[in-house]
Amino acid sequence: MNTIRKREELGCNVIRYVVDAPIIAAHRKPGQFVIIRVTDHGERIPLTIADANPEMGTISLIVQSVGKTTHEMAMLKPGDAIHDIVGPLGRPTHIQQFGTVLCVGGGIGIAPLYPIAKAMKEAGNHVITILGARTRDLLILEDDMRSVSDEIMVTTDDGSYGTKGLVTDAIRSLVSGGTHIDQAVVIGPPLMMKFTSLLTKELGIPTMASLNPIMIDGTGMCGGCRVTVGGEVKFACVDGPEFDAHQVDWDGMIRRLGTYRTAEQTASERYDHQCSVGLDAKESQ
Amino acid sequence: MNAADRLKLPPVVMPEQAPAERIHNVREVPFGFTPEMALQEAQRCLHCTNQPCVKGCPVGVHIPDFIQAIESGDYLAGIGIIKQTNLLPAVCGRVCPQEDQCQKDCTVGKAHKDIGQAVQVGQLERFLADWERENHAAVIPQIPPASGKRVAVIGSGPAGLTVAGDLIKLGHAVTVFEALHMPGGVLGYGIPEFRLPKEIVYQEVAYLTRLGVDFQYNTVIGKSLTVDEVRKDYDAVFIGSGAGLPNFLHIPGESLLGVYSANEYLTRANLMHAYNEDSDTPILRGKSVAVLGGGNVAMDSARTALRLGAHRVMVLYRRSEEEMPARKEEYHHAIQEGVEFHFLENPLEILGNDAGWVTGLTVQKMQLGEPDASGRRRPLPIPGQTSSVSADVVVVAIGNNPNPLIPAALPDLQMNKHGGIVTDEETMETSVPGVFAGGDIVLGAATVILAMGQGRKAARAIHAWLTKTTETAKG
Repeated sequence: MNTIRKREELGCNVIRYVVDAPIIAAHRKPGQFVIIRVTDHGERIPLTIADANPEMGTISLIVQSVGKTTHEMAMLKPGDAIHDIVGPLGRPTHIQQFGTVLCVGGGIGIAPLYPIAKAMKEAGNHVITILGARTRDLLILEDDMRSVSDEIMVTTDDGSYGTKGLVTDAIRSLVSGGTHIDQAVVIGPPLMMKFTSLLTKELGIPTMASLNPIMIDGTGMCGGCRVTVGGEVKFACVDGPEFDAHQVDWDGMIRRLGTYRTAEQTASERYDHQCSVGLDAKESQ
Repeated sequence: MNAADRLKLPPVVMPEQAPAERIHNVREVPFGFTPEMALQEAQRCLHCTNQPCVKGCPVGVHIPDFIQAIESGDYLAGIGIIKQTNLLPAVCGRVCPQEDQCQKDCTVGKAHKDIGQAVQVGQLERFLADWERENHAAVIPQIPPASGKRVAVIGSGPAGLTVAGDLIKLGHAVTVFEALHMPGGVLGYGIPEFRLPKEIVYQEVAYLTRLGVDFQYNTVIGKSLTVDEVRKDYDAVFIGSGAGLPNFLHIPGESLLGVYSANEYLTRANLMHAYNEDSDTPILRGKSVAVLGGGNVAMDSARTALRLGAHRVMVLYRRSEEEMPARKEEYHHAIQEGVEFHFLENPLEILGNDAGWVTGLTVQKMQLGEPDASGRRRPLPIPGQTSSVSADVVVVAIGNNPNPLIPAALPDLQMNKHGGIVTDEETMETSVPGVFAGGDIVLGAATVILAMGQGRKAARAIHAWLTKTTETAKG
């Protein structure tokens, strides 16, 4: 049973769950994800593993309530169970001592970024973190990220916290200030990843991005998560979820994410206008 | 009844849901024989001494014997005869390509010079299996004392279920690891409800559970547990992880919105119940659906599209009707339901609009040339003859390759150039001692019965391996 041990509201519609999943907790590595079904008639959705405690046999999942399934999940309380959790899936992040690693996170993408930043730090890297949000209330996991970063910067679109501007502005000022970056990792809303990737390409910084496309099985069986990387079709579930950001066909990837938007629109629109954490275009443009 | 009288009996016509009705539901199409129909069909069997039907069956079911049991009204004996060699008759009776196997060389068909007149072995098999299930007559066999040996089976498809069933009956402890949340592998996610009701699969699994098989769902071997961990915890391992790696055509437009692999399309519809309007799992309900390919999966996709409300469903196949690999029954059902078949048409490009949605395809007209390596006549483009077809959903059903997850997790496994695991033909043992494999992970996308046949061989060899006897696995 995937019993929920802890539930914590991180911000507007963003909830952190600590869930019993001993096998996954023991095997997961940074960068991997799970697929869950909330109920026995539910759909399968991928969620990144934000953290794990192998001794306690628990994993942390961070979910933003944006559609029917995530709403249902958000209703769960400690003692309730998530019907199915399968994982860890995908390839782990390639962790090594690069030198200086830049971790760029936006919106709910900060959740999967945290274990990667932590592992990069433990591997002896100098970790610089840039977090972006539309407004202060939408920023999550700042303290967690701070604890694994040597330097941290926050940008908000409206200037309500940190520096007013976009993550790309912060990267530019960092580099123009003379900071050399050996490797960047970017996880966030697709458009943010696209524009960050365009910039780091221009700046000559190798960059990994973690994709979160539509998936069903997570074992390479359905091909729904296919994405074009360097001109080749890859399955994000087994070949990824991380890819060389400079090789990803971002426009194709973003388009495919919209396949079922009409069906999901009603539910998400209602929440977008009151407290989006930046899943749409506005954050990065 | 003498042979001459038997030969005069016409084949019993299987009652079915009418096409106009069935395209609006996902219930099974054939209703199955009544006992009277089964008796009448059984009486058509000549009980020939050379038994061409048995030779045509990949697992050698004692066909004339079970048909004799139907004729004498002893259904329990009949199902017992089938189950000596086939663990899943309710499944095989429905999905086996009988016209290429048991019914192919049936003497009755030969006598009438019409394979369509062959004794309907599959329908009789189904009759007995359904009788057993509906009457809760499944016999729980006497299981020998626990051997103390543990076997891990990876994948709960037809190969894995067969291995599990055979080994539990020999007293070994069996755990089946399944990546999905439901059992059955391709029987669950791939073959549609209207062709194989899922309840049948689930009841077979429930039967194995009663025998003591432990099913662990949501467990991806190579990810949730490493192969080494499994090898450490179990005395033998069987890999039956299937051919879950969809092929694409690698033509322009395959990433457009509305282009599905057949696996994704069928998984959404079947496993995730997207045919229910109120299912949480969405599926694009195209008005005009083009299915690319000519196998059973293409037929399943096309017929699923109709049930999802498509007004027009086309199957585009690059060879002709004669080369089409789909079972005849599926092809006929598809035609009855109104699926259009476009033979000798090869897609060149999938077309889309500015927003990235599929709008249709450009197709190349083909003609047949000399036979190729497969023995079928090679399709060749007719220069200058292209046309366009409009479609708002495209389903790519051109086959699957073995799923690479387990091989990637066990680098010592010897693989063939198609991505399949290399095994000993008789024992199904892989290049890694104590690790056996069978089904589509070895064969590439093949059939349920071949997967079961390999599972059976593997179970025999695993038993020999576990008991370390000198008994040969060749049986």
